[in-house]
Parts: sequence; structure tokens; C-alpha cells
Amino acid sequence: MELDDLTRRSGEWLRGAGPESDIVISSRIRLARNLADYPFISRAGDQDREQIETALKQSIRGIGEESELLYVEVNELTDVDRRFLVERQLISREHAESQGTRAVAIDSTEKSSLMINEEDHLRIQVMQSGLDLEAAWQRVDRIDNLVESHVTYAFHEKLGYLTACPTNVGTGMRVSVMLHLPALVITRQIEKVFRSLQKISLAVRGLYGEGSQAMGDFYQISNQVTLGRSELDLIKQVGDIVPVIIDYERQARDFLIRESHENLHDRVSRAYGILRTAQTISSEETMHLLSSVRMGVNLGLIEGLEIPTVNELFIHTQPAHLQKLSGVELDSADRNIERARYIRRHLKEKSDGAEKN
Amino acid sequence: MKCQKCDKPATFHITELTGGKPQELHLCEDHAREYLTQSSDEPTTATSMAAALAQQMAQQMAVGQTAEELAQLDQQTCPVCGITFFEFRNQGRLGCPHDYVCFERQLEPLIVNIHGETEHTGKTPKRSAAGSEQRTQLIRLRREMKEAVAEERYEQASELRDRILRIEAGEDV
Repeated sequence: MELDDLTRRSGEWLRGAGPESDIVISSRIRLARNLADYPFISRAGDQDREQIETALKQSIRGIGEESELLYVEVNELTDVDRRFLVERQLISREHAESQGTRAVAIDSTEKSSLMINEEDHLRIQVMQSGLDLEAAWQRVDRIDNLVESHVTYAFHEKLGYLTACPTNVGTGMRVSVMLHLPALVITRQIEKVFRSLQKISLAVRGLYGEGSQAMGDFYQISNQVTLGRSELDLIKQVGDIVPVIIDYERQARDFLIRESHENLHDRVSRAYGILRTAQTISSEETMHLLSSVRMGVNLGLIEGLEIPTVNELFIHTQPAHLQKLSGVELDSADRNIERARYIRRHLKEKSDGAEKN
Repeated sequence: MKCQKCDKPATFHITELTGGKPQELHLCEDHAREYLTQSSDEPTTATSMAAALAQQMAQQMAVGQTAEELAQLDQQTCPVCGITFFEFRNQGRLGCPHDYVCFERQLEPLIVNIHGETEHTGKTPKRSAAGSEQRTQLIRLRREMKEAVAEERYEQASELRDRILRIEAGEDV
């Protein structure tokens, strides 16, 4: 498997399947781990980084079992390829932008990715489409056990797994669920939801993690605390709150349909109309309009268009994906033209196909 | 050290670990209280994290450290990786696993602020924590061996090498 093989697919997290997948995009769990006998990354020299990479590369052999493992040396990649992996959520922005020996191993289903020499020596991430934290935990736990059979993790009797930043110490675990919440945004209730989440120490972030804006009305909800609560407790904490938010979003959608059906239908139809006819379009506007279209499909206001197609457009219209799909490097203005062309072609194909049926 | 917002002495030293970079604040009692209570109204993630911490912080600060004590703690150095606590406060990242042991006193209030807890419950590796701590000593031994070689203290270097090999082989030393 090569990196380019990933381009034309859309990855696990946008597959649009799994429980509650009209609102829940993906469930994700990551574990932060460090080798006991090397300094953390901020104090690791070039030689340390190389030795950490070698040790971990060997230890993760065999974790793919049922599927092939793609091992990529991130420091050897072009800027576009690094960005591509960030857009795909297979590496973090920090991993893309830092310096020195570092790598990522990705399984061919794109459910798991293992970053080596990120903020911690090893970050194991598992993603599942829809709301399925249970499956994500089983998978990440199994990978963790396999790695652990080859190496000695930094572990403290009282503090648990030791991490470069004390915010991750203990379980080293971050549980995140990505939600699509357009109706809560339209009805201006989203801030209220955030405030109540923060009171129970859950964090809310945008599509691409810390500091990123909530593009396309996508929000990630995750645990803030990692110490003093077991993995299953933390999963339960996030897992219990998600159905509540899903319920809020559904109520907001019902409200919009009941109280302002014309306005909602108009908003959705205009968004669809612009996407099908625009000649040049930015990534931000695309995300914004696709969000309305996605909700429109879920509410039956648009016919002949499938959620996986919309999901795929979210990812394929991002700057690095667009350039990899078209096979050339494009500046921002050319990307906007290519993006509009790509969207027109895909939405037209799909809706023409539907009309013929 | 003076308060960043007035001329009173700064008696509260807050390190914000949320958001992009760690941020240091030196405030007098009044401004510290103001800072910790006002941040609860702001909607961004970084400051609302601060809000979540505010309550615990306020309790912590009742037994807060003076500037002198803090300056002393800042100078403390980890014997394994060589990082000072001051360096950690600046970059927000620790240097090695042993930092959690040698900076225990400084880190505990911070850990309580972040997590509200001090003890791990949940998954544990099959290998013992003691074994893990022993392997962490390899970081120091490798560094000392390199220094010994550089200074042509070969006898000491070979002793260190043997100890390293024994630990790497998993023997008790």
C-alpha cells in the first residue's frame, strides 16, 4: 500500500456509517505512551529520536494483522503529503509541522494510526465511523497491549502512564466524538451546549482539534481529565453525554422544520444550488454550504444524494486533497476554480444518476 | 516581583497550560482573584478551561507559594535529563519520566488543578512500575557514559557500560 492509494478513498471517519451517523461523524480514542528509557521529545536529541523510532517501528509490526500497514516517515514527505495526512486526521498538525525524525503507521482501513515522535513517543489513535466508542476502545487497547509486549512504557505506580505534558498523565487517553450540529448553530443554542459541557470538564474543539474553527458545523467533544478515572469511566463520561447532544440537535432540527420550513428548505436548496453551479469557491464557503446540504439530505429536503457522497466532498475539497486528486500543485486561486469544478462534476453525476432511476 | 496589573507584590504565580503556549501570570491577591473569576464568563476553550480550574485553583492558592519559594523551586534540576523546573514552566513539556518523581512537589498542585485527582486508576502495564523507573535511569547512565568517554575516563565509562547492558538485559542492578 502506498500513500497515494489513500487519495481516492475517504477514510473511515467519513464513511458515513455506524450508529447515529446522521449526526455523529466519528468516534475516536487515542492513547499517549512513552518509552521508559528515553527522554521525552523536548529533551530528545537526534540520536534519541532515531532510536525511539527504530524501537517503536519494530514493536508495531503485526498490529495490522488482518490488514496491511502503511509506514510513512513524515520528515521525508512533501508539504502537500503532510497536509493531506492532517486533513485526513491521520496525523496531528503538530506532527506535520515539527522537525526531526518522526513517522506514522496507518492500517489500510484507516481505522488506526500510530504517530511516532509526536508530543509523546507514541500516540495510538483509533477511529470508528458513527458512535461506537466500544469498538474503538477494544481496538486501541489491543494495539496498546501488542506494543507493550515489546517495549517498557514509562509508568508510575501512583500517576499511571507518564506523558510529556501533565495534562495527559494517568490513562494518557483522549476520547473524542465528532458531531455535525448545524441546527444548534442556526438556532444559536450551540454556545449554551458548550457552556454546560465545560461545567462537567469536557472540551469542545473544531474539526481539526485545538485552536481550529468549527468549520462546517463539526464539533469534537472530548474528555479533559485523564488521571484518577479509569478508561471505561472516561469512555462512559463522553459516551453518556453524546446522546443528550444528539437529542438537542434533533429537537432543533424538528423546530426548524416545524416553525420555519420554508426558510430551512430555502437555505438548503440555495446551498445545493451554489455548489452545483459555482465556478470558483473557497474551502470555507464549501464547508459552510456542504453543511447545509448534509443536513438537507438527512431531513429529506434533497433527494438523490447520499451522505457518503457529501462526506467525501468535505474531505476531497480540502487544499491538499484537491491537489493530490488533480495531480498538480495549485495556488489558492487555481484551487478555488478546481474545487468548484470538482464539486459540480460530483454533484451533477450523482443527481443525474438519481433522475434516471 | 510586582503584580502584572498593579504595583503590589505578586504573590500568586499561575501557569496556564491550556491553549497554544503555556502562559505565565504573576498577580497580587486581588488581581489573581479577579483573573480567576472573570475568565469563567469568556466563551473560548482556553479560558473556559481556566474557568473549570478556577475553583480548585482558589483553594490551592489559600496555601499559595511566595515568590521566593517559587524561585527556589524553579532552580531545581532533574538529575536524569537535566531540565530545570523553570524550563518546564516555560515550555509546558517535561523532559523525562523521572521529572514526575523529582518535581513531585511542584507538579502536585498543577496535577490537582488539571485533573482534580492525584492517583491513577485504570489500565496498568504488565511490567512493574519499579522496572519502568529503573529503565528511566538508563537515560542518566547513557549520558554519564558519553561524558566519561569525552573526558577520557575510560575505566568509569566501561563500568557504566556494563551497568547499562545489565539493565537493558532486564537484570536487577
